[in-house]
Amino acid sequence: MVFRSFLLKYGEIGIKGKNRGQFEDALVSQVRHALSRVEGEFDIHKEQGRIYADALGDDDSFDPDEVIAALQNVFGLVGICQVMKVPVEDPDAIAEDAIRYIAEVYGMVPVENPEEGSSEGVPAEPDAITFKVHTRRANKHYPVSSMELDAEVGAKLLDAFPGKMKVDVHNPSVMIHIEVREEVFIYSKIIPGPGGMPVGTNGKAQLLLSGGIDSPVAGWMIAKRGVSLDATYFHAPPYTSERAKQKVIDLAKLVARYSGPIRLHVVNFTDIQLAIYEKCPHDELTIIMRRYMMRIAEYFAGQDGSQALITGESIGQVASQTIQSLVCTDDAATIPVFRPLIGFDKQDIIDLSLKIGTYETSIQPFEDCCTIFVAKHPVTKPRLDIIRKSEEKLSDIIDGLMEATLNNTETIVIR
Amino acid sequence: MEAYLDNSATTQVSESVVEIIERTMREDYGNPSSRHQKGVDAEKYLRRAKEQIAETLRVTPGEIYFTSGGTESDNWALVGAALANKRSGNHIITTAVEHSAVLQPLSMLEELGFRVTHLPVSPFGHIDPEDLKQALCDETILISIMYVNNEIGAVEPIGQAGKIIAEYNRTHGRQILFHTDAIQAYGKYRIWPKKLGIDMLSVSGHKIHGPKGSGFLYIRGKTKIKPIIYGGGQQGGMRSGTDNVPGAAGLGQAAEEAYTDFDQKVGGMLDCRRRLIAGLKEMEGTHLNSEEDETLGAPHIVNCSFEGIRSEVLLHALEEKGIYVSSGSACTSNKKIPVSSVLQEIHLRKDLREAAIRFSFSSRTSPDEIDYALEALRELLPVLRRYSRR
Repeated sequence: MVFRSFLLKYGEIGIKGKNRGQFEDALVSQVRHALSRVEGEFDIHKEQGRIYADALGDDDSFDPDEVIAALQNVFGLVGICQVMKVPVEDPDAIAEDAIRYIAEVYGMVPVENPEEGSSEGVPAEPDAITFKVHTRRANKHYPVSSMELDAEVGAKLLDAFPGKMKVDVHNPSVMIHIEVREEVFIYSKIIPGPGGMPVGTNGKAQLLLSGGIDSPVAGWMIAKRGVSLDATYFHAPPYTSERAKQKVIDLAKLVARYSGPIRLHVVNFTDIQLAIYEKCPHDELTIIMRRYMMRIAEYFAGQDGSQALITGESIGQVASQTIQSLVCTDDAATIPVFRPLIGFDKQDIIDLSLKIGTYETSIQPFEDCCTIFVAKHPVTKPRLDIIRKSEEKLSDIIDGLMEATLNNTETIVIR
Repeated sequence: MEAYLDNSATTQVSESVVEIIERTMREDYGNPSSRHQKGVDAEKYLRRAKEQIAETLRVTPGEIYFTSGGTESDNWALVGAALANKRSGNHIITTAVEHSAVLQPLSMLEELGFRVTHLPVSPFGHIDPEDLKQALCDETILISIMYVNNEIGAVEPIGQAGKIIAEYNRTHGRQILFHTDAIQAYGKYRIWPKKLGIDMLSVSGHKIHGPKGSGFLYIRGKTKIKPIIYGGGQQGGMRSGTDNVPGAAGLGQAAEEAYTDFDQKVGGMLDCRRRLIAGLKEMEGTHLNSEEDETLGAPHIVNCSFEGIRSEVLLHALEEKGIYVSSGSACTSNKKIPVSSVLQEIHLRKDLREAAIRFSFSSRTSPDEIDYALEALRELLPVLRRYSRR
């Protein structure tokens, strides 16, 4: 028997007052997007603070594990339950359904037509499942109260699986949920969702995406708060290879699984980098380079309607991420810069990248434009006034270079 | 203009090879193991290919076994021979500059209890035959020495090694086997295993204008070797798996072609080599890693370091002009990736190792391509050096 309905629970958006409908619609549309990528067809609808996805084809038309895995990428969901859906019937019939449910999910064989109370006095086996029945009666027309239904179903379960089940109302290992609505839903497993807010409900931001470990994670974290993403990547041919670019496209695809489509701007940064290299002090190269990256990303933010930038910086990780360096890079941007990893240790970031599935791609060994002209001893405590002064050395050529660079950018839509 | 100077990575498949492969796919698509006529028709391609190859080596067709390529041939020769001869001893001799397809199976054999000696090489990558003599012992069962080094083109003294081994076997009553990885040498040298004392020889199809996924291992009759792939008993039970008819047919055709107008073809490669080396020597800051002496360096490989320019950068800069080469080492920068072990073994300075580029030719490479590449280098080197890491 395959349970063909998925009950999707959401958290924070439930409390958003007037905006609630809008949030729910965004979540439904994200669920729809996620399930459009998996095998099978689904009816997705919202109902009384819940979202349901019902498989439409036959039992073989979808793979529950695949469905759950896809739903676990949908920000805003806090719980995913594969549920047994039965018509509203009298308590006896509901209890029979609960027995079938337990038999199926926990692989147990029920006693056929047990006599009422036959399990009384049967000692519970050591590995008996401790359980509690928890009924919610959203359909107030149903004539039996929640408490009564709990007791009725609980007693029937004990009789059907004598010795194999044991009631524990305080700390059950299995909570059997019975929800009486237009139909009756029975489930006992709640698979955690990613949490967060549905993408598209909190505006848009521009991610400075590199081939490293940090920036995809930073993008994921902001997207998790409901923010749509676009991204800017800087490459420097011939100093970086086509494969490095492909790696970043691959990373963008992985992030897009969570965030939805991303417009990826591939900026050819070579000429600007070379100009900085020739004209500015070498120990300031990276800082000045990053200031231009901010400016370029901000330009594309404007183009895409993004209201903030996102970087993967974390304090002190490298010379260009000391607090003094961050002040200097921040100064180049006029819109807010989000740095969700700012207080994270490298290992924390790696753990997250493993969790979201970007790590394996991030560690492929292709050179990044940030590493090709690194000074032997870069400044770790740059002063903003000095950096600004160094930048003036570019004043006669930089406008032309910027214009050429911006016009020379390739934009790829990543889905 | 385009200049494909990466023929040691792979070559363009020749027209007649494409034709014969197409025929084995469209018309004679049978399985040689089938008893019916379709099978018989397909089997003819295998027989023909073995004959074509055997002729180039002056061996018998029954001594040619098709494989999936150079890597499998090397694996089979080493693992198959070591396992078949372990009662006679557990010592294997090879060189420090072999391809991974030799080094990796040998390190697996080390895990199984075999002992492996790696002969050191000179600054141009050649072993000293004296070292081989010294390394031989009562326990030695197998020796594997590459014919031509894939990175710098060093030609190893295979003939001398064969004589040393034969002499040792005769005087000590031993049957030490001699394998050579000839993947970069086949089609560039006339290789006669019987005369050179070679028991096993590995060849790959796609290095000689044949298809990828094709190759063969020559195994001298009566050589003690076990299969490493077991199954339906094809190729006399020595190498199971449905016969790759397209691969074998293409390989046979490519082999025959490689040795047709052979002197002229090798002459063409040598011309390219001389032209390139002369041009490189005129440039500042170039450091030739290949032996200039044509008796010691292969006709189709020139490895050169360009001081102050990392190979990866030069490779991509050349690529933008339609010139395709190989970097002598993997991308390094500040990441901990081992650079080419061959360049380490010849004790090349670290900065030069990271600046090494391999140019490799085929009989199709034209002098114009060499001139175009030289011209591009003359233009690019000063520009790239200006921006090298300070």
